[in-house]
Amino acid sequence: MAAASRAQDIASFEKRITVKVLPNGLTLIVYERPEAPVFSFYTLVNAGSVNDPQGQSGLAHMFEHIAFKGTDQIGTTNYPAEKIALAKVETAYAAYDAEFRKRIGQDPAKLASLKKGFEDAEAEAQKFVIPNQFAELAEKNGAVGLNASTAEDSTQYFFSMPSNRFELWAYMESSRIGHPVAREFYKERDVVQEERRMRIDSDPEGRLEEQFLATAFVAHHYGTSGVGWESEISQVSATEADAFHKKYYVPANIVIAVVGDLKASEAMPILTKYFGPIAAGPKPEPMTTIEPPQFAERSVVVHDPTQPFYMEGYHRPDYRDPDDSVYDAIADVLSNGRTGRLYRSLVRDQRIAQTVQGGSGEPGVKFPNLFEFSGRPLPGHTNDEIAAAIHKELDKLKNEDVTDEELAAFKTRNRVDTLRGLADNEGLANQLAQYQTLFGDWRQLFRELDQADKVTKADIRRVANKIFVESNRTSARIEFAAPPTQGAASSGGAQ
Amino acid sequence: MTQAMTTNPQRKPMHDRTRSAWLALTLAAFTATAGVVPAQTPDAKPAQSPAHAAAPSEPWAKIPIPPLHAFKPQQPHRVELANGLIIFLQEDHELPFINGSVLIRGGSRDEPAAKAGMVSLYGSTWRTSGSAATNGDTLDTQLAAKAAHIETGGGSANTSLGWSSLKGDFDSVFASAMDLLMHPAFKADKLQLARRRMEAAIARRNDEAQGIAVREAIKQVYGPTSPYARQAEYATVEAVTLDDLQAWHDRTVVPNNMMVSISGDFDSAAMEAKLRAVFEPLPRGTKIETAQLDYPGPKHGVNFVDKSDVNQSTVFIVGLGTEQSNPDYYALSVMNEIFSGGFGSRVFQYVRTKLGLAYEVGGEFSAAYDHPGIFYGAVVTKSASTVPATQAVLEEIGRLKTNPPTPAEMKRAKDDQLNSFIFNYDTPEKTLSQQVVLAFYGYPSDFLEKYKDGIEKVTAADVTRVANKYIDVSKLATVVVGNKAEIQPPLSTLGPVTNLDITIPPPPGKPAAGPPAGR
Repeated sequence: MAAASRAQDIASFEKRITVKVLPNGLTLIVYERPEAPVFSFYTLVNAGSVNDPQGQSGLAHMFEHIAFKGTDQIGTTNYPAEKIALAKVETAYAAYDAEFRKRIGQDPAKLASLKKGFEDAEAEAQKFVIPNQFAELAEKNGAVGLNASTAEDSTQYFFSMPSNRFELWAYMESSRIGHPVAREFYKERDVVQEERRMRIDSDPEGRLEEQFLATAFVAHHYGTSGVGWESEISQVSATEADAFHKKYYVPANIVIAVVGDLKASEAMPILTKYFGPIAAGPKPEPMTTIEPPQFAERSVVVHDPTQPFYMEGYHRPDYRDPDDSVYDAIADVLSNGRTGRLYRSLVRDQRIAQTVQGGSGEPGVKFPNLFEFSGRPLPGHTNDEIAAAIHKELDKLKNEDVTDEELAAFKTRNRVDTLRGLADNEGLANQLAQYQTLFGDWRQLFRELDQADKVTKADIRRVANKIFVESNRTSARIEFAAPPTQGAASSGGAQ
Repeated sequence: MTQAMTTNPQRKPMHDRTRSAWLALTLAAFTATAGVVPAQTPDAKPAQSPAHAAAPSEPWAKIPIPPLHAFKPQQPHRVELANGLIIFLQEDHELPFINGSVLIRGGSRDEPAAKAGMVSLYGSTWRTSGSAATNGDTLDTQLAAKAAHIETGGGSANTSLGWSSLKGDFDSVFASAMDLLMHPAFKADKLQLARRRMEAAIARRNDEAQGIAVREAIKQVYGPTSPYARQAEYATVEAVTLDDLQAWHDRTVVPNNMMVSISGDFDSAAMEAKLRAVFEPLPRGTKIETAQLDYPGPKHGVNFVDKSDVNQSTVFIVGLGTEQSNPDYYALSVMNEIFSGGFGSRVFQYVRTKLGLAYEVGGEFSAAYDHPGIFYGAVVTKSASTVPATQAVLEEIGRLKTNPPTPAEMKRAKDDQLNSFIFNYDTPEKTLSQQVVLAFYGYPSDFLEKYKDGIEKVTAADVTRVANKYIDVSKLATVVVGNKAEIQPPLSTLGPVTNLDITIPPPPGKPAAGPPAGR
């Protein structure tokens, strides 16, 4: 099987790939990879946390959760009646929320009564819900890896299924992209707040990173918490989620890649049948905000009952910058495994760090972002030592050329690792959708390799001198502070 | 470094040295291991929504589900040498790579307690030291130029050496890998490097609540000194010498204690000849036998670790699980699916969707290959709902015994597993690794095929029978890591609370507690 199916360059890809833009603007990619009777898909919505409206941080992620709650056909016993009930929930919630947000003259009795009205409306709407029917339907039909994720730049949905379920999947996916229903919204909001507690509030490095980004970006939304500030994520509404969907989940803003045991001649008509009827909408307007140049170093120091941790970042341009591959080369030279300069210097030779790494694209790539470094000091060593050692390596990069071997190894690795990434349906679907979204053409996946081949030693020095300067730096660190001693004489957990 | 948020929590791997005792909190459904073939998947009918068969319209029920394309997974070519070495070769010509691995019996569970951490130190020092002919740093540079890899590692039941390269570089990379296997040269400075990094891991092990909870839960199940639960400490790490590493290597790297597996773009006959040339001359040694242990299981009760810098509690309810060789394994697998397999499972539907108490909730009656796995239910919830969320998970555990699966639940559980069965062997690499694992633990090569038949035959009565046979709430321990000041109602609502002391024993000759080791 698959004896001579080599998938290694643009030419061999061209033979297996079909791209189609539907009249409503949705881009579809089918890649034929008949190795086994399965397929994977990757739906990429070109909107993420960075698109959260003012005062509604966390909304893109909240919507991603809602996209598992079903549609006007899946997850409901009677949608027309449910729709009316859900509208009442929104009216009741808006009334409660208006009273809740009153800064002066809030009436506790009225608030309680409005809250009850809201909860009653929720209970009424709940009667029509078949909980988790969407995900259950997928899982019963053999879906694996059922998930989605919300990043700053985009929101993505993905899983794999046996290939005989392709049409069922096309029905389900088109249904939730075109006609999702924000049912059980306020309970899911509780779930998402637990996710915030887990990823940010109760995780020392999560807490630090949120502060770090909020400090590094003063104007651009990359500085706003992606999971949402507690006050905002606890107050977003289903009405707001619907508005987000209407604005950003338009077909022209979505790319879907499917890879596996499919024939484009059979798959495209099915895709067209299900995704074609989704109503077109205007492509969201591009963002105006550009992070202004930083002219003074910034720093964050968190005192926590946790071992020390250090991170720093430097602003760099977005992914369309002509030097994009130069940043990749810098990341490779500094941070690729045991041959990376940072490992060799801080871990192997100086023995001051347990781990150290660096790379760009934090927290996204679509807009000017950060080249970020982080390190964990070994016992007996400090964040200051880590910072000084990183800066020494950056100075070296600015003042001396990298070696021929380092540059050659970067180019080889770049090519070979890209090839390694083409070995499975999930990875391929992901890559194709990403490149098609970012560049309007999946072929950039391969063209990027040619750009990387052109990087010179002089490019590396030039770019290093441009961004690795003190005034362009934001650092954040955790310094150990003993935990508060609460009732040392008490008996502990059993109160 | 920025973590994307997801709907379905996929845990970052928790720091744990035991493979089978891996207390994943993921909601991912139980996955079987090993590989075989159905010509087509079992159900030809579209799925119904069982709980609501009377729902007015299910448009998807009309969508045709054709028979799955015929598919015969390619089984690896198995060779056993006269000296006991087992070889598996799996050709895959899609991409021009060749990957190889040597699995060596004996792992951290077989190391002396006084030297806990030795196998992990061995796994990292082996590669960074390199061989007598080529030191590790030089090897790093040589491989980097080819975008190739050679890595070594130490696990609970085995150590390993693996490599990967473009097929054009195979001969040179294979030669380097075999040089490292046959002629390692453990070096003092590299042992020291590995030791220092491990000390950092020890110093940092109480920083994250979930890491603490997983570790303490495993200790409750197997006992704190068990080879599956014990921790490397400063003292045990310091006790490890270069001679220990060499002696371990000499004892374990013998042909009848190893398995070699290779996949990728090669010709099996030619590859077999290359491997025979390298391995046939090796003399037999002694196969590593793992000591038989007793598994009394945990002591019933609530155990608590106070952590002042969190606003959420991590809760584990744990007991002993089982082995995959248990004839009840199939029924227990279906029970798992009903309990916690995916979005439709009982804990997900109740604790997350209905109550909104958690993002992470899950559990499994897990089965290891050669010792009992762990039974657990877990939930991560805001401090204030610690008690109700724990009670909710306990309730669901109890309901496994009192509430037999409905026909709809049985259908969902079986459909989930059987319709996704193809993903056990949809790549040649998966089929290969299943055969290696089965052979390593002495399971029959058709184990997966039998597993599928076994699942198909399970009845609701079987599930209730095994739930009653294996689940005993009086033999479950609860571990909570959370912020005591915020937990209200208090944990004592659940029963008497034992405070766990997680103080890290200081390095020999150093004062206890006080400032962190980083000062």
